[in-house]
Amino acid sequence: MSQTQGTIVGVNGNMITVEFKDAVSMNEVGYARLGELRLMSEIVRIRGTRADLQVFEDTSSLSVGDPVDFTGELLSVELGPGLLTQVYDGLQNPLPKLAEECGFFLQRGTYLSALPRDTKWEFTPTAAAGDTVTAGEELGSVPEGIFKHRIMVPFRMRGTYTVDSVVAAGTYTIEDTIATLKDEQGETIEVSMLQRWPVKMPIQAYRERLRPTEPLVTKSRIVDTFFPVARGGTYCIPGPFGAGKTVLQQLTSRHADVDVVVVAACGERAGEVVETLREFPELSDPRTGKSLMDRTIIICNTSSMPVAAREASVYTAVTLAGYYRQMGLNVLLLADSTSRWAQALRETSGRLEEIPGEEAFPAYLESVIASFYERGGVVTLKDGTTGSVTIGGTVSPAGGNFDEPVTQGTLKVVGAFHGLSRARSDARRYPAIDPLDSWSKYPSVVDNDAVEMGRSVLRRGSEVGQMMKVVGEEGTSLDDFILYLKSEYLDSSYLQQNAFDPVDGATPAERQKHVFGVLTSFLRASMSFPEKTAARSFFHQLTQTTRDWNRVDMGAKEFKDIQERLEQMVSEVTVNA
Amino acid sequence: MHKVYHRVHNIAGNVINIRAEGVRYRELAEVTSRNGTSLAQVIRLQDDEVSLQVFAGARGVATDAQVRFLGHAMQVPFSEALLGRIFTGAANPRDRGPELSDNLVDIGGPSVNPAKRIIPRNMVRTGIPMIDVFNTLVESQKLPIFARAGEPYNPLLARIALQAEVDVIVLGGMGLKHDDYLYFRDTLEESGALSRTVMFVHTASDPIVECLLVPDISLAVAEQFALEGKRVLVLLTDMTGFADAMKEIAITMEQIPSNRGYPGDLYSQLASRYEKAVDFDGAGSITILAATTMPGDDVTHPVPDNTGYITEGQFYLRNGRIEPFGSLSRLKQQVNGDTRDDHRTIMDTMIQLFAGYRETLEKQSMGFRMSDWDSKLLKYGERFEKEMMDLSVNIPLEQALDLGWHILADCFEPMETGIQSKLIDAFWPKSAVGDSSSASAKATADKQESEDTTETEADAEPTDEQPQSEKNAEKPEEATAPNA
Repeated sequence: MSQTQGTIVGVNGNMITVEFKDAVSMNEVGYARLGELRLMSEIVRIRGTRADLQVFEDTSSLSVGDPVDFTGELLSVELGPGLLTQVYDGLQNPLPKLAEECGFFLQRGTYLSALPRDTKWEFTPTAAAGDTVTAGEELGSVPEGIFKHRIMVPFRMRGTYTVDSVVAAGTYTIEDTIATLKDEQGETIEVSMLQRWPVKMPIQAYRERLRPTEPLVTKSRIVDTFFPVARGGTYCIPGPFGAGKTVLQQLTSRHADVDVVVVAACGERAGEVVETLREFPELSDPRTGKSLMDRTIIICNTSSMPVAAREASVYTAVTLAGYYRQMGLNVLLLADSTSRWAQALRETSGRLEEIPGEEAFPAYLESVIASFYERGGVVTLKDGTTGSVTIGGTVSPAGGNFDEPVTQGTLKVVGAFHGLSRARSDARRYPAIDPLDSWSKYPSVVDNDAVEMGRSVLRRGSEVGQMMKVVGEEGTSLDDFILYLKSEYLDSSYLQQNAFDPVDGATPAERQKHVFGVLTSFLRASMSFPEKTAARSFFHQLTQTTRDWNRVDMGAKEFKDIQERLEQMVSEVTVNA
Repeated sequence: MHKVYHRVHNIAGNVINIRAEGVRYRELAEVTSRNGTSLAQVIRLQDDEVSLQVFAGARGVATDAQVRFLGHAMQVPFSEALLGRIFTGAANPRDRGPELSDNLVDIGGPSVNPAKRIIPRNMVRTGIPMIDVFNTLVESQKLPIFARAGEPYNPLLARIALQAEVDVIVLGGMGLKHDDYLYFRDTLEESGALSRTVMFVHTASDPIVECLLVPDISLAVAEQFALEGKRVLVLLTDMTGFADAMKEIAITMEQIPSNRGYPGDLYSQLASRYEKAVDFDGAGSITILAATTMPGDDVTHPVPDNTGYITEGQFYLRNGRIEPFGSLSRLKQQVNGDTRDDHRTIMDTMIQLFAGYRETLEKQSMGFRMSDWDSKLLKYGERFEKEMMDLSVNIPLEQALDLGWHILADCFEPMETGIQSKLIDAFWPKSAVGDSSSASAKATADKQESEDTTETEADAEPTDEQPQSEKNAEKPEEATAPNA
């Protein structure tokens, strides 16, 4: 690779201007040298013989005349076995290792290799000499935790190759050569388990992209039933502060029915990451019984860490997610929060003195958001298996107002919208997803007609509620009042979920189908009451009993008992038309 | 050894430009002209042109001023001798004490590795029931106090400074009125708390650039104390002043504003300060309480809005009291389970009943008839406001909990509070015990309340009943948790 040199001619915030001699490429990585320190940076603009670089570190003490070494490579991450359970910063530095080296603080200019070089992996070859292979096809595999980690032909290798030799089964480190390939010109290339991939490019070593249709069960009732997410789909969670975005994502990261979870804590509180860091190893994954950490990768670039690295962190996360998709796994990427990422873009754009768009966000904000979410998706791999990357991003709109560029830009490209409302979180109706404003384009886990019915009850109930605020209860007809109570009942006994209750906190798809079926029959029942107070106290009791029901394990005898009691209660007030 | 430059060729706002070589980014320089000497910091390098921000402001800086570069960034002396001292935003003594210059540490240092943080676990006792009981302050927490300009947030901070059980207090004042500065100084001095306090004060009449330094200096000092194993409380007032200073400078620097004139990196700037709050794995901790005035009492104003996304909860100060609704300590769950068995129950019950009191007040103002229940709530609410909410109340947590039980017993029958009978048996003041055996106390209380409300004001009732009944449904669990 070229080893172009340059010298700094300007410093402004985290942006440096560098004069270079030979060729450089856009988004190439360069290291600014400050004595012994090397500060990683990335070219974001080139004008004549001067390039603007955003530095991923604090730029204090840099000076005009300091040398910059260009690497010829784009910002890349390491891919290979050993990524799971790791905690990285936005540039894929393992944070626990950094702590061992540097102590309490993140010293700038310290870069460690993302994957341990000395770990030995049990390699089993699947390809044989003479096979024809292309990028992304399997050469062999190693076990990584509970998964079979495919060792593939590096994604960057274009064209067709013939396998020259593959090593025998045995233990190897990620840098050992495990196969030699011959390209069409007859040149041999050595392949190891480790490969690098530029984060800002999507990995496309698959056969074709499919439409996401299969639901991804998050075990949150309001999500799975009313605003479902599909495997390979995308969704966003905008909400004001304190509405519970992060808690919702933490719950999803625990309960979601996927193989691998990549958590990108992007520009948010460090404390929240610490909770995940310290708690996940203790929690067990209900599917495998192993620690939740075994299926998790955390990318953590919290709000006080350098802004440019924050921008890189979501790309790092989505690249790792895409890598595991290549193994035929279902991956969920949770980005919290995409607004902070957009703000990082805004800061960079401001320093480049670009003409600002709305609220000073750069004009290309929407296309950047779109291309990020487009990196999700479900694909058929070259061996016929499928894998998926589902992306869920939170948005933190200024003032909780959804009419701002990041929320609007995101809504255009996602398949589901879970809008959190301050009113619901103030009323402690958790999860605070607004059932009237939110939407989803993916199929629900329960029957569609039932969901439509439920939605119409909620909508009409809320209309009655609005009207009652004006005309009072006296001015409302008994039928309307019952409708209102029905919608409140559906809200408090189904949409709301107590995250701290082990049973209520995670409702599997089977149970959702069953319970929602029962509830729909209640909502459909035509009920009659002598007067409003009786109706109110009936629904009050029905709600309490249903909430008790929600806390009982589905296998328990009590579950059936309560269901019978509920049905009995409803049949007593039902009139047969 | 350092070259002196004589030719300033551009002065705009507080920024001067000179041509110089070998200057490092963020390096300090001394600018001397006929009208005095000031420090300045390099904020931009472009070829041989150096932009410097003059701390004391550019007023009176001459085009032939002497500029001497010092070869290091902004630093602050750190030692035990800081305790009891008062400095300006540029770390010069504001009291009559000697200048300190030993053991200099950089300000605005790198952020803490998340892997070296621990989950917060210790409460900070303040003696203020609205904090200790209802929204417990936790070590390493960062909490803003949102208030309108006229609210007594400075007296509140001063009281917390006096009473909080911490080792060191660092007070950073930004844009303080001179009176407020004297108030802090005198209050802390009279009570003897000054001896464990370091103050960095920028008053409204000081140069605006110094205001920008205050949080960084305060937190750099706090960090050093914390690394020595001290529990440090940092009080910052007022962060909106800091944000406005940033705005002022960004605009003079011709940066593109994003929202109401504030620079686009407002969030990152605030976050990098607040995120200094930390509980070190194996050393001390930093807790941050920061007053943030809300212009126009508007929480969606960019400063409180961005702050809310960064901090772990917020206190609203309204009419001289910490408002129980809206105020939230996100970390309280980490600690209030281990204080006393009745802590969470008292917290929930008293707030629920106080919500009832607020509703009753509304009804009263609309001229509705007051039921028996309403009168009870009115009595309760008044006692609660006077004995719990008033900022002058100073009692330890345990006493506050006992007081809570007394107020409840004075105003209600046990079953009306909806408290679990097990806790009623253990804590209800004995002289006042009524019928506490009823297991269905909760249901009855709920029912009674809903009946009362239907009678008087029907429309507000449905929305209010919901959270109430939900909290009731959850309470038994919360209350039993500490026993289990």
